Amino acid sequence: MEYLPNILFILALAAGVGFFVINCRKLIRNIKLGRDENHSDNKPQRFKNMAKIALGQYKMVRRPVSGIIHVLVYLGFIIINIEVLEIIIDGIFGTHRIFSFLGGFYDFLIAVFEIFALLVLVGVIIFWIRRNVLHIKRFLNKELKGWPKLDANLILYFEVVLMLLFLTMNAADLSLQLRGADHYAQASGVVGSFPVSQFIVPLFENMDTASVILIERAAWWIHILGILVFLNYLYYSKHLHILLAFPNTYFARLKPQGEFDNLEAVTNEVKLMMDPDADPYAMPAEEESDEVPAKFGASEATDLSWAQLLNAYTCTECGRCTSECPAHQTGKKLSPRRIMMATRDRIEDIGKNIDANKGEFKEDGKQLLDDYITREELWACTTCNACVEACPVGINPLSIIMDMRQYLVMEQSAAPSDLNNAMTNIENNAAPWPFNQMDRANWINEI
Amino acid sequence: MAEAIKVPTMAEFMAQGKSPEVLFWVGCAGSFDDRAKKITKAFVKLLAKAGVEFAVLGTEESCTGDPAKRAGNEFLFQMQAVTNIEVLNGYEVKKIVTACPHCFNTIANEYPGLGGTYEVLHHTQFLKSLISEGRLTVEGGKYKGKRITFHDPCYLARANRIYEAPRDLLAKLEVELVEMKRCKTNGFCCGAGGAQMFKEPEPGNKDVNIERTEQALETKPDIIAAGCPFCNTMMTDGIKNKEKESEIEVLDIAEMIAAAEDL
Ligand code: HEM
Ligand code: SF4
Ligand code: SF4
Repeated sequence: MEYLPNILFILALAAGVGFFVINCRKLIRNIKLGRDENHSDNKPQRFKNMAKIALGQYKMVRRPVSGIIHVLVYLGFIIINIEVLEIIIDGIFGTHRIFSFLGGFYDFLIAVFEIFALLVLVGVIIFWIRRNVLHIKRFLNKELKGWPKLDANLILYFEVVLMLLFLTMNAADLSLQLRGADHYAQASGVVGSFPVSQFIVPLFENMDTASVILIERAAWWIHILGILVFLNYLYYSKHLHILLAFPNTYFARLKPQGEFDNLEAVTNEVKLMMDPDADPYAMPAEEESDEVPAKFGASEATDLSWAQLLNAYTCTECGRCTSECPAHQTGKKLSPRRIMMATRDRIEDIGKNIDANKGEFKEDGKQLLDDYITREELWACTTCNACVEACPVGINPLSIIMDMRQYLVMEQSAAPSDLNNAMTNIENNAAPWPFNQMDRANWINEI
Repeated sequence: MAEAIKVPTMAEFMAQGKSPEVLFWVGCAGSFDDRAKKITKAFVKLLAKAGVEFAVLGTEESCTGDPAKRAGNEFLFQMQAVTNIEVLNGYEVKKIVTACPHCFNTIANEYPGLGGTYEVLHHTQFLKSLISEGRLTVEGGKYKGKRITFHDPCYLARANRIYEAPRDLLAKLEVELVEMKRCKTNGFCCGAGGAQMFKEPEPGNKDVNIERTEQALETKPDIIAAGCPFCNTMMTDGIKNKEKESEIEVLDIAEMIAAAEDL
């Protein structure tokens, strides 16, 4: 029986990590449902972007209030995770504060963890107030109704509870060390330095040692189990960004924002059409190369590239894109954040469908276009790139809008009629207006 | 005007066995739209004044395909691109200047992948280099001390990170530059991009150009400076909508320089 806690801990850890691995696999599988696309060029620049935008939080601080608070929460999270390593080792071996041999440095570390825990607590409470009390426009859009709003708050509650447990655990531990309780007290005196939780210690003064041990153990257990639960919550939440922000910024586009990719399949066909020597009957040979896609543009989430699907899973639903979007600001239905959320919803539904049907997608009568993203949204975009510029995690909502427009125009000829007129003009007289090409240079005689 | 300005075509240069220093890509707006033609003419006058040997394609120029591409019609875009590239490569064009950021972006970024690689400059960049080479001199003149706000074209500033050249030119005109809250890479679209110029806006509570005009009006400008024929149209319409056309002008930077030089 002596080793029961150790065994239970190892089982809980294995379950927590095991489910997490399963979720990660599902995530990777879903992302790979996207079209293949090469994002492996120019690695030094990619690393630089990741270091600057994700690690360095470079774009976050463009909005100073939420940016700086986020930096605190983010740093706190990373730093406090060093302590989780000690908690895991203690849990497996039944030790008490295994790193305490580091002496003065250990005291310093624990002190830093505690201060960050307090800062995270304050930061998260401010986040909560911003979301629920202050009327900040980007948190009020209709796409956040329901689950997204609950999700945002759940994350904050999680963090509050975890930080409180961490500090309670430390306070009870300090109280026990001060009493010289077995297992807790060490010959060298008090290990760790507790600048924050020392203020909680007086609460335990009148309790007997057994009760304080109970509190310490309970806080310890709930804290580490909470972390394991949180780890598995990520997949269902916008909080997935804490992991995916890194690969997403690494794989983000490096080209100028104004440069839209040229569709290779179209290039091949255009070349064939323009080449006077091309043999029109040579078409069958063309079909042998698997480069020609079944369709142009995207009507379904799986027509998008894996990088676009990674974008969708990375989205923090912060709405910085939407708050900069000229279409959205003038009351149009388009919200680039919603484009990302809808894409994630669709690829998730496809993934669930595949899981439910033994690894094979069964037609569900739905698609990304119309059922998740409407044409009205797609046609409201000015391709201004403000959303791309605003996104602090390197997401490109515009590329999805463009791929879906391509489907509408090239596969369905479903452009708004004015646009069709402009395109017919370009085709017939080389300008979007109905002017005669021969009049193009008339201005010269007007100087 | 003392002397009529000659605008030679590439074909004429070719016939003489010569090639110009730079090709002026006029663009559809600059060729056909009455407002934009004024920008074209102002720019040509500046080129002539600086003694630049330039040429245009004339009737051999066609739409770059930008509106088709941003509307989603990649076929039409590439047909246009390949046609234009054939013409440009046929004349062995090396350097292109254009007063349209959409043409600029398309030729500079999207043509190379289709076989057309050129040095492409926005007219504000080219004018700046003419000034720094001493070929063109600019003094404040009639714009000295005027309150001016500059509307960044999306496809110049955010899309291609060019926002200093137009501002440097405004500085040469000795104006008082007042920035809008949203400027440079955070600029706010005029509402014309993405082929919106050629369609009715989707339902909403305001037109994008009205919103942008209001942002510009907040700076209480005497003049709104622009660097794109489409932005120019959008902002001009916005000013008319606000019934401010008697107080506030919308001018391309090339027009301002030409006017300051009494051209
Ligand atoms: C690794 C640990 C991280 C933690 C613990 C963390 C934590 C959080 C939390 C709690 C929120 C919710 C804020 C709210 O409710 O308003 C949030 C939002 C956000 N996070 Fe993180 N994050 C982490 C990493 C990152 C990284 C690497 C980035 C990339 C720059 C990032 C970008 C964002 C963004 C853009 C938001 C939306 C914030 C806003 O409303 O402006 N996060 N994060
Ligand atoms: S590119 Fe489109 S979606 Fe993005 S901000 Fe501009 S108008 Fe909005
Ligand atoms: S796309 Fe980027 S800016 Fe927009 S909500 Fe998602 S994370 Fe925020």
